[in-house]
Amino acid sequence: MDSSDLPPPPGFDPASPALPPARHLDNLESEAIYILRETAAEFSNPVLLFSGGKDSTILLRLAEKAFRPGKFPFPLLHVDTGQNFPEVIAFRDHIAAQLGERLIVRMVQDSIDRGRIRLKSKDQSRNALQSVTLLDAIAEFEFDACIGGARRDEEKARAKERIFSFRNSFGQWDPRHQRPELWSLYNGRLDKGEHMRVFPLSNWTEIDVWRYIQREKLALPPLYYAHERPVAVRGSMLLPISEFVPLRENEEIETRVVRFRTVGDISCTSPVESNAATVEDVIAETLIASLSERGATRLDDQASEASMEERKRAGYF
Amino acid sequence: MAPFGDDLDPGLLRFSTAGSVDDGKSSLIGRLLYDAKAVPSDRIAALERIARRKGESEIDLSLLMDGLTVEREQGITIDVAYSYFATPQRKFIIADTPGHEQYTRNMVTGASTADAAIILVDALRGITTQTRRHLYLSHLLGVPHLVIAVNKMDLVDFSEAAFDALGQSIGDFARAIGAANHYLVPISAKFGDNVVHGSARMPWYAGKPLLALLETLPPAIVARHAPFRMPVQLVRRVSLPGGEQTRHYLGRLESGRIKAGDEIAVMPAGNLTRVRSVSVFEGPIERAEAGRSVAIEVQDDLDIARGDVFSAPLLPPRTDDHFAATICWFSDEPFDGRGRYVIKCGTRSVAARLAEIEHRVDMATLATEPKPEMLKCNDIARVRIELAEKMAFDAYGDNRAMGAFIVIDADTNATVAAGMIARAGGDAAPDALNYDVGL
Ligand SMILES: Nc1nc2c(ncn2[C@@H]2O[C@H](COP(=O)(O)OP(=O)(O)O)[C@@H](O)[C@H]2O)c(=O)[nH]1
Repeated sequence: MDSSDLPPPPGFDPASPALPPARHLDNLESEAIYILRETAAEFSNPVLLFSGGKDSTILLRLAEKAFRPGKFPFPLLHVDTGQNFPEVIAFRDHIAAQLGERLIVRMVQDSIDRGRIRLKSKDQSRNALQSVTLLDAIAEFEFDACIGGARRDEEKARAKERIFSFRNSFGQWDPRHQRPELWSLYNGRLDKGEHMRVFPLSNWTEIDVWRYIQREKLALPPLYYAHERPVAVRGSMLLPISEFVPLRENEEIETRVVRFRTVGDISCTSPVESNAATVEDVIAETLIASLSERGATRLDDQASEASMEERKRAGYF
Repeated sequence: MAPFGDDLDPGLLRFSTAGSVDDGKSSLIGRLLYDAKAVPSDRIAALERIARRKGESEIDLSLLMDGLTVEREQGITIDVAYSYFATPQRKFIIADTPGHEQYTRNMVTGASTADAAIILVDALRGITTQTRRHLYLSHLLGVPHLVIAVNKMDLVDFSEAAFDALGQSIGDFARAIGAANHYLVPISAKFGDNVVHGSARMPWYAGKPLLALLETLPPAIVARHAPFRMPVQLVRRVSLPGGEQTRHYLGRLESGRIKAGDEIAVMPAGNLTRVRSVSVFEGPIERAEAGRSVAIEVQDDLDIARGDVFSAPLLPPRTDDHFAATICWFSDEPFDGRGRYVIKCGTRSVAARLAEIEHRVDMATLATEPKPEMLKCNDIARVRIELAEKMAFDAYGDNRAMGAFIVIDADTNATVAAGMIARAGGDAAPDALNYDVGL
């Protein structure tokens, strides 16, 4: 008899995808609050990167949990590529005002105008250029820690990223020489010009994020939920119709019911077909979603043949 | 909001995985994720393509972890890689430590946050030096649950006698190092026996399959029953709605529980005061338990700063300016007694001197070598540490959060060692090995 003929262990339902109980959200929340407070204590001038997306919206709620009734011990910073969805920008400004916290916005266009960035072509995606503007902002305000919403489960390369992730004076990450990180003892010591990236959501997965949004009743930009949108089909992807997404010959515009799983720069964010109109729907859909988050929605990763090839070789798909 | 301390809901389990090359660690993790339906279908499709190309009938589950192998080929040291999966019972975080050269260092890092350690043993090869090392390090790091997965049972005809013999010698060794409690699970990662599903081929095994075991391991309740400790992370002056000014002491309960009205000792100064309120974002709460991040108000106007520890007054932590500890040296620069260091323990950072190396543990034989002149990367040693000022701490064996520290090089800011504070006067069990490990 094959082992698969045996009854599954009690409580395990192989037909339905896994939904863990809620208490681990308390663990993740408490860890994130701890990390935010360590950041406030160990750095003289931290900043929280807020884009209006779901992960950084969660960071704001966690900052409230960590510091209210006081003010946040850091301002918010958005590096705006100038090619963001207007709904997201409106949401960003609304939330910052509602919280009564200071929002700093730095535009990638300004870096281009000042000659800090030279575009290779007019249509070049601005997503990768953000880092120049971010580093300029870090230098301008002398920030020594940038709190970001990245998660380790987003892609393999991030799986080894530290929670306190050191950047040298050129803003570079050196995966070969990371500081060992043990227990919850984060080493925040820096020399002048260096800074730290801090990732309180390191141990969260996409489903954790959605369940937390549900539990905390967090508002999000409407793009995250099903809506009708004109799109074009390219391969297995849908492209949002926008002045920033040039269509190729033969690509036609049609209207589909879609939602976005990430809401970055328009030129590299693509929606998925979905009828999930509420957070509950999204959770149900995420549970059965079989594509990993990045795989389904990042145009820029797909565009790079090299990264595709490398991933194939790496067994990462 | 779900209350903390609800024993019916086990929440999160972090586990580390360890094994010698080819014991089947990649296959096991792959099997676990695959049988628990935690693998995205696009990755399964890709594995199927590979299998077709190679003309194999079954997919190779060990390739699920293969991203790491390639990075290793590219010369990037993967020290610890984290992956995540969930079942209806629990969310899991796997800390996988594939490094070979930096083995000790990586394992110590992975085990530092683990609630459970899975140690793989190849049923055919039996216990190796590596197995002993894994057990020793996991125990040294105080990992609450040790799970020994005896893999490749198919190669020993699923024999109960072979499993028992292995279990016997593992048990002998574990007892000798003081790690009395461990689980033994006979598995075949390749065929799936006792990983997620049970095994009809090993009817003699009465225990749970590995996943069911991981799903039901109790969360580390030790912390909740240990005396109250809350290292202060941050002091904030806040205005309450009525305009009144107050101070909030922000921190996470590392052990015990607390409620308004309780008397607490502020260590290391030793001042006594009472808790006026315990609150979270949602408002004041009746009580808080280990693991929860809170804000505390106290009744008296005391000088309290980051690094102080709110403690149970009758069972306070030790306060001293020196202690003995077991450290693992991480830096490529050897340690020779010179150099200026800072120790971070809890939320306190203190200038420190590594005053003396009492002995080094030979990781091949686990024998101790008294007073070596220096420590190299990956060495485990018992040292004496002197601090520039008094600090509050517990022995690691009594309170993991209060007895763990990192050593930071004051010149380079690098984290050069991790350490565990020993019990006062005594030597913690794993350091003093009086056991013929038969090597
Ligand atoms: N017969 C048998 N072979 C196994 C089993 N588990 C793993 N292997 C084989 O052992 C070899 C090493 O496995 P792998 O998972 O890559 O080991 P790792 O180096 O520990 O990650 C591979 O050829 C596997 O197919 C098992 O349960 N039974």
